[in-house]
Amino acid sequence: MRRNLTAYGLLSGALVAFALFSWYPIVRGVTLSFQQVNFVTAPDWVGWDNFAKLLRDPQFGTAWRNTLVFTLLALVLGFGVPFATAVVLNELRHARAYFRLVVYLPVMLPPVVTALLWKWFYDPGPGLFNSVLRELGLPTGTWLDSSSTALVSLVIVTTWANMGSATLIYLAALQTIPGELYEAAELDGANVVQRIRHVTIPQTKFVLVMLALLQVVATMQVFTEPFIMTGGGPEDSTITVLLLLYRYAFVYNDFGSASALSLLLFAVLGVFSALYLRTTRRADA
Amino acid sequence: MRTLVKPGRSYWFVFTATMVVFTATFLLPLAWVLVGAMKPPAELARIPPTVLPETWVPETYADAWNFMDLGRYFLNTLVVAVGSWAVQLAVAVPAAYALSKLRPLLGNVVLGLMLATLMLPAAALLVPMYLTISDLGLLNSPTAIWFPAAANAFNIYLLKRFFDQIPDELLEAARMDGAGPVTTLVRIVVPISRPVLAVVSIFAVVAAWKDFIWPLLVFSDPAEQTLSVALQRFAPDTPINLLLAGLVLASLPMVALFLAFQRHILAGLTAGGIKG
Repeated sequence: MRRNLTAYGLLSGALVAFALFSWYPIVRGVTLSFQQVNFVTAPDWVGWDNFAKLLRDPQFGTAWRNTLVFTLLALVLGFGVPFATAVVLNELRHARAYFRLVVYLPVMLPPVVTALLWKWFYDPGPGLFNSVLRELGLPTGTWLDSSSTALVSLVIVTTWANMGSATLIYLAALQTIPGELYEAAELDGANVVQRIRHVTIPQTKFVLVMLALLQVVATMQVFTEPFIMTGGGPEDSTITVLLLLYRYAFVYNDFGSASALSLLLFAVLGVFSALYLRTTRRADA
Repeated sequence: MRTLVKPGRSYWFVFTATMVVFTATFLLPLAWVLVGAMKPPAELARIPPTVLPETWVPETYADAWNFMDLGRYFLNTLVVAVGSWAVQLAVAVPAAYALSKLRPLLGNVVLGLMLATLMLPAAALLVPMYLTISDLGLLNSPTAIWFPAAANAFNIYLLKRFFDQIPDELLEAARMDGAGPVTTLVRIVVPISRPVLAVVSIFAVVAAWKDFIWPLLVFSDPAEQTLSVALQRFAPDTPINLLLAGLVLASLPMVALFLAFQRHILAGLTAGGIKG
């Protein structure tokens, strides 16, 4: 009994914090989705009106399409590049500390700094990238200024900024693969590609699945880069779900519709988060 | 240890190529900014750009500091980061200890309810959290960052997992000596948990320094804003050389932290990442 009291005394801070800033907002988010709020009179229950309103908004479809394309591209780049990088790094026996340091350095930069820096690099005139391309005699890019290249340009920024974590997590997983497996595969006549397919990937499958899911959950919530670098343009080509959510809540002051959009995002991401937790739990047991 | 390929003739070729690509991709852009900030605005607009400044203006860094009043925003960010670090530890350490070692009635239900919040994408809670903070009258106050930071299930998970590995006999011995649960926590558990506390601490500070969307929402008052929020506000009307210098200055504390605690950060990354 006394032990229970002490325990709940020690837990009280966490219980209050979770109640106020996690559990209650979850409930409130759901109820808000079915309400209209104006902060003057009591909120009105409006049923599915907020959802209907979202569906009528042409930007709703655009935002989801952009977010899915962004997530897919970020998965190919933000997952493929760290995988390849880690596999190469694992083979190198010199300057390992340097490689780790350098690849992780961008992760430490505040995302706002990264976004503003890259906006400058992408400047079609004196910007770094077009200057290098001109120097090499190659055609220059339109980067953020064209609706056909803006989204890809943002994916490149987020990959540069975040690939350090995935690379180092994957590198740690690679180092747990017993060397005998490679030797055995080699004796069986397996070439490098076959060794990657039959040893490296199966041996690190768990980490690969986990990194992929984490990547999806993180990129579907992308906000800072489009907010700062493009503001959703040109021609809505980089408007994401979160950018639309921000507009509904803090530009149109329509908290009901913004909550409805959050709920939809939650439903989509919940599937991935649940998969992620199931994967990690299984590895823990 | 044996890896994918036996070291062979191509080793030095691959090594050199990796070295060049890594340095060019991750270090050169940062060096470009560091040096670029010291070019006068007219030189920055030139096509093709100069590699090294023709006119060095190192004072740009001091000018940027004054022009954007960066001292104020550094202080604001520091208050936010240190405060949320302190609140997170003060809340998570006792909670994880209670759940791990005192195992109270319904403790597993509480833990489950906390861990369930890990499934929530942060974005889904932005609107109701904002309204809650607004109802509590905490907008434009550092507490708007501190208090929600305390509801961090990941900290509790990480700490509880570490505490679970502390042998019960050790705590039993302390109890025999007459130490209560709180004394045991302070005298025995905290000192031996330094490695995990270091990881939680560094991640708390880094996360607070990097955060953007939440501070953007809760700090509408320019005087209270953090560096990230202030920099994006200044960006459109600040001369490019001053902006670049400001971006460099805002990143320095994180880079310094990384260089100082590299081992902890990289160790925490794999510990937290793989099992997180």
